[in-house]
Amino acid sequence: MSGISLKNIQFAYPGSPFRLQVKGLEVTPGTGFGLLGPSGSGKTTLLRLMTGLLQPQAGEVRLGDATLHTLSEAERRAFRLSEVGLVFQDFALLDYLTVEENILLPQTFRRAATANQASQARDLAERLEISQHWQKLAGQLSQGERQRVAIARAIAHKPRFLFADEPTASLDATRRSRVMDLLMEYTAQQQACLVMVTHDTELMPLFPNHARVEDFTS
Amino acid sequence: MITAALHLAWRYVARHRLQTLLLAGALALVIALPLCLRVLVQATETTMRERAVSTPQLIGARGSALDLMLTALYFKQQPLPPIAMKHLQELRATGLGAAIPLDVRFHAQESPIVGTEIEYFSFRRLRIDCGKMLTRLGDCVIGARVAQRRGLKPGDAIFSSQEQVFDMAGVYPLKMRIVGVLASNGTPDDDAVFVDLKTVWLILGLAHGHDDVATTKDAVLKTETGNVVANASVRMFNEVTDKNLRGFHFHSDEAAYELSAILVLPKDAKSEALLTGHYLKSSNPVQLIRPREEYDTLMSTLFQVQALALSVLLLTLAAAAAISALVFALSFRLRQREFTTLGDVGVSPSALGLTKLFEVGIVGALGLTFALIVTLIAEWNAQMWVQILLK
Repeated sequence: MSGISLKNIQFAYPGSPFRLQVKGLEVTPGTGFGLLGPSGSGKTTLLRLMTGLLQPQAGEVRLGDATLHTLSEAERRAFRLSEVGLVFQDFALLDYLTVEENILLPQTFRRAATANQASQARDLAERLEISQHWQKLAGQLSQGERQRVAIARAIAHKPRFLFADEPTASLDATRRSRVMDLLMEYTAQQQACLVMVTHDTELMPLFPNHARVEDFTS
Repeated sequence: MITAALHLAWRYVARHRLQTLLLAGALALVIALPLCLRVLVQATETTMRERAVSTPQLIGARGSALDLMLTALYFKQQPLPPIAMKHLQELRATGLGAAIPLDVRFHAQESPIVGTEIEYFSFRRLRIDCGKMLTRLGDCVIGARVAQRRGLKPGDAIFSSQEQVFDMAGVYPLKMRIVGVLASNGTPDDDAVFVDLKTVWLILGLAHGHDDVATTKDAVLKTETGNVVANASVRMFNEVTDKNLRGFHFHSDEAAYELSAILVLPKDAKSEALLTGHYLKSSNPVQLIRPREEYDTLMSTLFQVQALALSVLLLTLAAAAAISALVFALSFRLRQREFTTLGDVGVSPSALGLTKLFEVGIVGALGLTFALIVTLIAEWNAQMWVQILLK
């Protein structure tokens, strides 16, 4: 099973001097890849290119057997819904849904929210220490709790490709360590590819494979 | 996809229930108003029609024909210039038809006191539900709603109301004996207190009785050598009893006594035409109207007003719909980040569109449901509101 592969990627926002160029980037299954860089350096843009949310002007992004630019918009969406897990920088939870509903949101839209998956999601919530808030509305949670719900939502449907944008930014050292353990364990167990954007250099020992985004930009 | 979209929409609406209820309530109001207006106009039409159609002709003082009809047929509480009793006598003398006198000047609290003759009951097909018909001065029979509302029954008493608080020398309340309760027929008769014409004149002060001062203990000041000296206390005859009944009498000419109106039941079409012609003369101090025609005129005006009001209300509805659309558009714009996230996760634009559509649909359905409930309540109470409007 192949992982993530980027080849000769070129991207620029219309009317902006910002340029992103990636000659080659590989993430093998069961491993993590760290993307380092200060704020505004283009980390999120690169992540969105990898997930197919942005289309490069040139080059190829492959996730497993899927070459993203050959897929239609609908196919890319369906692919993301089933194969990709996303942790957004601002968590992007729906405040009017409960923790349970937020975690199971991708499955709900895939009509795959079975009792078994709900039970697995609950176990996940327990590991992330948010199970006591299971029926609480997301809008009632603290920043740290919201971040853990966002992580649970990203991995509850067992995606093969996990993209996390600063997933530990709001957590204290202990919880940051637990969350990272969970993400690394998930990656290893599910043979998934983890791409994590961070500006926390302390996390770099966890990612033997990493790159600085500045190396790709001009 | 449909289930997920509906679930998401429902959760959003349920979470923001106050805003949802406010929006649905506003929509309900603008939807319910034209519906309630139609219901009320229809109820007015139904309530008034039967009575207007069944009364061939009506005589009353010259002036507003509509006021005459509303007073004589629906006992609407408004001052109507009286006509002399002689007009009733003249009408009967023509032999062109039956005439039923009506006097609707007094009230017993909110219920009109209708002075009439026994023929009125058979003309309106009124049946005594319990008790008996009027037998003597000071008796009354009451409508079904009066009995139900005030918990009255035969044997109880009811007082006429003082019409003018500051008229100390004017009409005094009369305690009337209830001898019967009429069966309900869903007309203004249910809300009326019926008495004999003479009882109305008694309330008016045209009849009086005399006390035997010698036998009235608290009226005696002193007794001197067989002569009784009465004190200065004012004694009011405010109740007719079997004991004082004989003491009541009328002094002046009955022809000069007053009525509110006369229901005319011509013998045939020719009599009807003759009567119409007779009362057309402008020299005649009274007028003859055909309630059916007045009803048609009234309803025609009412329908015109309804059409105008409906146009205004439909414009209001359109404005409310436009404002609601704006509210939804602004709400969706504010939640753009949420929809972008769902799109990023992989939710299709059609599912997102469906979610928005369901939100609008839920609020719309709630508004429509509230509007239907309000309309149903209006329909259930329409008769009562029409009666209030006619008061």
